[in-house]
Amino acid sequence: MPELSDFLILGAILFCISIAGIFLNRKNLIIILMCIELMLLSVNLNFIAFSYFNADIAGQVFVFFILTVAAAESAIGLAILIVLFRNKGSINVEDLNALKG
Amino acid sequence: MIKFTFYLFSLILIFASVRVVTVKNPVHAALFLVLAFFSSAAIWLLLQAEFLAIALVLVYVGAVMVLFLFVVMMLEINFSQLREGFVRNLPVAGLVGALILLEMVFVVGAWQNVPPPVATEIPNIVALGQVLYTDYFYPFEIAAALLLVAMIAAIALTMRPHNRAKYQKPDQQVSVNREDYVRIVNIPSEAKD
Repeated sequence: MPELSDFLILGAILFCISIAGIFLNRKNLIIILMCIELMLLSVNLNFIAFSYFNADIAGQVFVFFILTVAAAESAIGLAILIVLFRNKGSINVEDLNALKG
Repeated sequence: MIKFTFYLFSLILIFASVRVVTVKNPVHAALFLVLAFFSSAAIWLLLQAEFLAIALVLVYVGAVMVLFLFVVMMLEINFSQLREGFVRNLPVAGLVGALILLEMVFVVGAWQNVPPPVATEIPNIVALGQVLYTDYFYPFEIAAALLLVAMIAAIALTMRPHNRAKYQKPDQQVSVNREDYVRIVNIPSEAKD
């Protein structure tokens, strides 16, 4: 059986790949949403690894709730994306300057 | 054997996630994300989290990624325009990613390795259900309400009421007068021969 740190390092690698992905695709809203999903996946991996090695089921319950919230988040995110595309005709992040932020 | 499986699926997972962030076509990115979800479900199975591994495949691959693919294919977007700046951002992204990875590996490498516990005879789904419906009952209910709110919000955001729709107007229906619609015509009856 691999050690706990192997799983944690795998989670860290996934997290860093998705952070780099947000930097790389900073214009494409769809890829940014996918990178957020990958980040949540890596966090879930850490939770499950700790849950297994500490023999505590609470970590898995947490992952259950994270999955729920992530599904809701991606559904609403994609709905906002569709409304955005309908109104602006683009999903370029740089076009989203209506709030002058 | 377990170690070999772990490394195999981790390599597939890392390869798939690198392809998600570097591939040109978002449809391919979504498909690589599916591959990443599958291989991480396999790794979760190694950690004896069977229920969550199955839920990941069902919920994510079955629902969320299909939604992603729908959206990517429905929107007509010039993706090459969205991709400019990719090479320019590459050094910054690599630097930030490598730094964070280095910090995390430093922290995690110093972690005290605990021996894996002995296998329990309670199945994973039973153990999860035993705490989910007792200790975590209120969070469970709140999660259900959250899903309902998310569904209503997604429908309300994307629904476009169009003018061709025909629907009843009850106030006009109840306020009609008989005189407006009924005309009494006197027709003289024909005489019989």
